[in-house]
Amino acid sequence: MRLQLVAAACAVALSSTACGLTESNGPSVATDGTVTVTSTDDACELSTDQVGSGNVVFEVTNAGNQVTEFYVYGDDGLRIVGEVENVGPGLTRDLVLRAAPGSYVASCRPGMSGEGIRHGFTVTDSGDDAAIQGVTQAAIDTATDQYADYVRDQASQLVDRTAEFLAAYRSGDDDEARRLFPLARVHWERIETVAESFGDLDPLTDLREADLEPGHKWTGWHRLEKDLWPPAKGYTPLTDAERATYADDLAGNIAILDSRVEDLEFTVDQIGNGSKGLLDEVATGKITGEEDIWSHTDLYDFQANVDGARVAFEGLEPLLEVKDPELAKTIAARFTALQSLLDEHRVGEDGFVSYDTVTTAQRKGLSDAVNALSEPLSRMTGAITL
Amino acid sequence: MTEPSAPHTRGVSRRGLLGAAGALSVGAGAGGFALARAAADDGAGTAGKGTTYPFHGTHQAGILTPAQDRLHFAAFDVTTDSRAALVALLQEWSAAAASMTAGQPVGSGEPPAPYDGPPADTGEALGLPASGLTLTFGFGPTLFEKDGRDRFGIRARRPEPLRVLPHFPADNLDPARSNGDLCVQACADDPQVAVHAIRNLARIGFGTAAMRWSQLGFGRTSSTSTAQTTPRNLFGFKDGTANLTSQDASDVDDFVWVDRGDDGAADWLTGGSYLVARRIRMHLETWDRTSLREQEALVGRDRTEGAPLSGGTEFTEPDLDLEGNDGPLVPLDAHVRLAHPSVNGGTRMLRRGYSFTDGVDDLGRLDAGLFFLAFVRDPDRHYIPMQTRLSQQDGLMEYLQHTGSGLFAVPPGTDSVNRGGWVGESLFS
Repeated sequence: MRLQLVAAACAVALSSTACGLTESNGPSVATDGTVTVTSTDDACELSTDQVGSGNVVFEVTNAGNQVTEFYVYGDDGLRIVGEVENVGPGLTRDLVLRAAPGSYVASCRPGMSGEGIRHGFTVTDSGDDAAIQGVTQAAIDTATDQYADYVRDQASQLVDRTAEFLAAYRSGDDDEARRLFPLARVHWERIETVAESFGDLDPLTDLREADLEPGHKWTGWHRLEKDLWPPAKGYTPLTDAERATYADDLAGNIAILDSRVEDLEFTVDQIGNGSKGLLDEVATGKITGEEDIWSHTDLYDFQANVDGARVAFEGLEPLLEVKDPELAKTIAARFTALQSLLDEHRVGEDGFVSYDTVTTAQRKGLSDAVNALSEPLSRMTGAITL
Repeated sequence: MTEPSAPHTRGVSRRGLLGAAGALSVGAGAGGFALARAAADDGAGTAGKGTTYPFHGTHQAGILTPAQDRLHFAAFDVTTDSRAALVALLQEWSAAAASMTAGQPVGSGEPPAPYDGPPADTGEALGLPASGLTLTFGFGPTLFEKDGRDRFGIRARRPEPLRVLPHFPADNLDPARSNGDLCVQACADDPQVAVHAIRNLARIGFGTAAMRWSQLGFGRTSSTSTAQTTPRNLFGFKDGTANLTSQDASDVDDFVWVDRGDDGAADWLTGGSYLVARRIRMHLETWDRTSLREQEALVGRDRTEGAPLSGGTEFTEPDLDLEGNDGPLVPLDAHVRLAHPSVNGGTRMLRRGYSFTDGVDDLGRLDAGLFFLAFVRDPDRHYIPMQTRLSQQDGLMEYLQHTGSGLFAVPPGTDSVNRGGWVGESLFS
């Protein structure tokens, strides 16, 4: 609350770079300019039409009765530099931009249609803009296309590896099925956030027994897992016919997934949030050993989630390098640190120790490393889209 | 809405002057002087929710500060070998602490985070007053040396008394509730404010420091100002009647602050202190079945008034020699006797403990007790001898079990003139 008042007060008198938050106890003050924007049904009022280059905050308040939007365009009035959408009546939302010196057009769009109410807007050279660079559309396209390719490739491998696993399972070769189970799941876990975005497929495929709702039939990976690593007491093994039924069901759902990702396209924020989401999966499911409670193959899933998150990050890394190289460096270093911890638990070329042999202290070490990575990773999307 | 705390020069803040009516003045030994505004005295002796205590100052806040009603204490393991990363963390923590103790969110003064990123502050304290929040930071012995390694190039500056506390008789310490490289004591009159502070510091620490253990506390069990009433601990007795308060200026200098020359290797600690943390489980079920006669004999005071059994009122000095029919009125194994300065070479202690209840144990007994916190000038003289005696002889030990432990060096306050100061600066620069 205080920040807004001081910021607003100083925006009025704003002539140069540092808005004087000298009373703040925070570290070096980075607020270069704050512009309050009041959008009504027939007006768009800006507290100033001139602000210093660098970080610029537009505090957009919808004082009208319709849902509004606020856009900042380049001087051609076409190229979108930044936007906030869906601001309901009475709400205030911030648009944060890193703006280079130049002429811009600011626009409120009450009712979310039409040209909007436009004003010219000038960003003066504050000497603080040396690092401001844009990200080209070509770079964005490269990143999003690469990620879509990766998802398709993993889905396709998932189909093949799952078929191999299911063949062993159907034929009763349980040792081979147990060997192939975690290896097939790797391809699922690498794109788990994409798979989960299909709300109908995910529960049919990856539901754990503990998540079952009354009356629901349990199918998918973990149903077969329990059959291959049955509890010592009170479990009735599936018959050959039942095995075939569950196997067909899993194969069918995987095939549907594969076909659905064929035409899937991704945006930068979907990839960035997906990367963070994969690590959230690790933090809530794998670290605790809840994912593969019968087979204890959680570390395979863990590694696969990290693989997927890393691919997503590396695809966006060139964009992040432009926007926030320090953050890119931190994230890369923490991926490396997490990987070296994971590598301590490897067995053979593509295997991991059973998770029930990983001690509480080791699990805490892994959890600390996941937190260390996830925290900066959670800032990646915002940094790129800034 | 909170106002910014006024520019901090020698501690007489604008709001301190404005609020002079109910102000609690805190005399700090080395000439430092801090005023806090008491917006609304809540009657229990805490200073009221509108109170702010400046983060920057000669000494760290949260030691002489009138004890707030709530605690969130956390110990951290440093997870990096990088001295630069550790220093950066201490700087970030200091900046965040300065914001939060002023009743402002983390990251205030910086532009808001982008809508597509998480906010800098976790948000649960937005709109709440500062609630007298203080954040007090300490360094454990393992920060200086761990497994024989000089992790951050500060081994040679380890203060001699900063060692893992020895095993005391009857200790049953849980390693998962003991020790740590760093500690933070968050005290406030609103539990949400204290929890918010630790949560945000932990979040800032990810990748550099990981939380090792933490303890929530309620109902301060000590007064650190004569303006406060003496509270009761979970045994139902007044606790801390003889506590060292901020009004005892010369005793504060003698028993709280490390003086220049105390330790040649650790002059950086001048103006700092040592924090002793002990999680003391109280066996409340058996205590509650004990006759009042025995309870009072074990404590050495009467329960209603808190007066010593030798007579008088709460603040009457106990007469340890006064005989009754069958021995001294204050029994030989009474807590008051064994903790008394006359039995401990004149030592007085500034305690800042809190009660805790962490649910029930496997046997259905309350896992409750006293989270003991004390600030001492030299643990080798001012804590370890007394605790050794108490653990061996105190009749109360039948109802107590120490389950957690930590000793931390508390560096002096951050630069009070130039507000860019950070906690630990004297150690790392």
